[in-house]
Amino acid sequence: MNNKKYDFKGTPLRGSDIKEKKVLTTSWRPNLQYAWDDGVAIGRYLKELKNGKIIARKCNKCERIMIPPRMFCELCFRATDEWVYVENTGVINTFSISYVHWDAKRIKEGEKPFIPAVIEIDGASEGMGILHVLGEVDPEDVKSGMRVKAVWKSPEERIGAITDIKYFKPI
Amino acid sequence: MGMRRVAIVGAGLTKFVRRAQETGKELAYEAAKMALDSCELTLEDVGCVSLGTAPDAFDGVHMKGEYLSDGAGGWRKPVMRPYVGGGTGVFNAIHGWFHVASGLFDICLVVAEEKMSSCYPHPAGAFLTIFDHTTEQPLKPNLIWIFALEMRRYMETYGISHRDIALVSVKNKKNAMDHPCAQIPQEITVDDVLNSEVLADPVHRLDISPTSDGAAALVLVAEHIAKKITDKPVWIDGVGWNVDTAYWATRDLCYPRYVEKAARMAYEMAGIKEPHKEIQVAEPYDPFDYKELHHMEGLLLCGKGEAPRLTAEGVTARDGNLPTCPSGGLLGVGNPIAASGVMKICEIFWQLRGEAGKRQVPGKPKVGLAQAWGDLMQVGTVIVMKV
Repeated sequence: MNNKKYDFKGTPLRGSDIKEKKVLTTSWRPNLQYAWDDGVAIGRYLKELKNGKIIARKCNKCERIMIPPRMFCELCFRATDEWVYVENTGVINTFSISYVHWDAKRIKEGEKPFIPAVIEIDGASEGMGILHVLGEVDPEDVKSGMRVKAVWKSPEERIGAITDIKYFKPI
Repeated sequence: MGMRRVAIVGAGLTKFVRRAQETGKELAYEAAKMALDSCELTLEDVGCVSLGTAPDAFDGVHMKGEYLSDGAGGWRKPVMRPYVGGGTGVFNAIHGWFHVASGLFDICLVVAEEKMSSCYPHPAGAFLTIFDHTTEQPLKPNLIWIFALEMRRYMETYGISHRDIALVSVKNKKNAMDHPCAQIPQEITVDDVLNSEVLADPVHRLDISPTSDGAAALVLVAEHIAKKITDKPVWIDGVGWNVDTAYWATRDLCYPRYVEKAARMAYEMAGIKEPHKEIQVAEPYDPFDYKELHHMEGLLLCGKGEAPRLTAEGVTARDGNLPTCPSGGLLGVGNPIAASGVMKICEIFWQLRGEAGKRQVPGKPKVGLAQAWGDLMQVGTVIVMKV
């Protein structure tokens, strides 16, 4: 291409360039904190999680039972109509076996991998899944289509958060 | 539609590197300057600037658009910053297209920049905040999780093996060996991919594009200007974009419907009826190897679940019937988020002009396509280009 005509710019650095101070850097470690309000739909969702229940929201026009619940139906673009309790069981739609933490650090030797999964919740409309993690199962035994059940923290430990469900385990 | 025809007449690119000494502003300048020089225009000729760059969290610079704007040629000019996560690059060019197609400006400089290396210990950490802050973030998801979940769903729905998918990584990294800006050009085998470190099964290290610093730029002009300054304008004849719900776990991850919708919009505008026959060279978005396949299907370049077969048969090789990612893609050239989408448009620009050098696909292609994708598995952005 224009290889001959152009000199592509950009100066690659190595880690050692920084360590040896060939290139100067200025660094900052922010200590930002946020408190997110729960909202109307998710607020009720979290309150019910604290009670050990999973709640969804139904749109009477498209008849979808939606989880996570929402106060408006994004398809019909109208207010949703009813609260509907759904089961604390479901089916694994897809899963992964993860050896990395959120910040890309690898798990330590001997530490169990995370098993994130999309779990389609029983009682919600077909295909309505949530992200959660699996537990009490060997990674090699996990299969898509497997039925699972929520394992809750004790009532005293629950704070009204998605982590009130410790994990889902195979039934 | 009452829109003016818009041509790309210039392109600029920096090297894509893991960590560049240059600031984002300096990278933006290098790409923008190269794009202007390539068509012998100056900043004075430029009516407006469209600036694309992904989350401010990478750079740790708030109002990154404004910070970058002078490097992007935006000093005392109308500047806008469109943003749709990983889809930003192509979206940015669509945005530039609007400025010119509408008649508001005759010449728009489109610049995209990303400097991911500033984020410590690893830019992956900055992705935590893309997940829903209440219902997902407390589970401490890694960005790779969502790809791993989607990749498995894709494989299981259509009975695709990891071996089939790894061929994309092999192809693209090899294509990148002919790209002077490439960050990780490599000649590897399918076994190298399968034997590389497992990050989040089924995703292995060599299934993924790197994090990168880099910039890319385009000059978009109205038809009457294009005819004056070049005998090789590349027309933007179709644009499309689409966003699906952020409740990503509530839709079937096996197929990107939002990419199909974006593609149909672009094809209709460009008068393309049979994309698998009419598109002659394509740059589908390939941050992960399976994504190229997923996107080929969403772009209607083949049927659902068929893209691995086309890859295995060599159809998508540089000398195949439908070359995909002849640049080397994100897997080989690198993935400075917003800049990588514009890099793909640069590649199609050079391919359609017959200026892609060692990367040139045979047969003098006349119609090409670039696509990007982003956010929570929910955004598709598509451009159809013709000579």
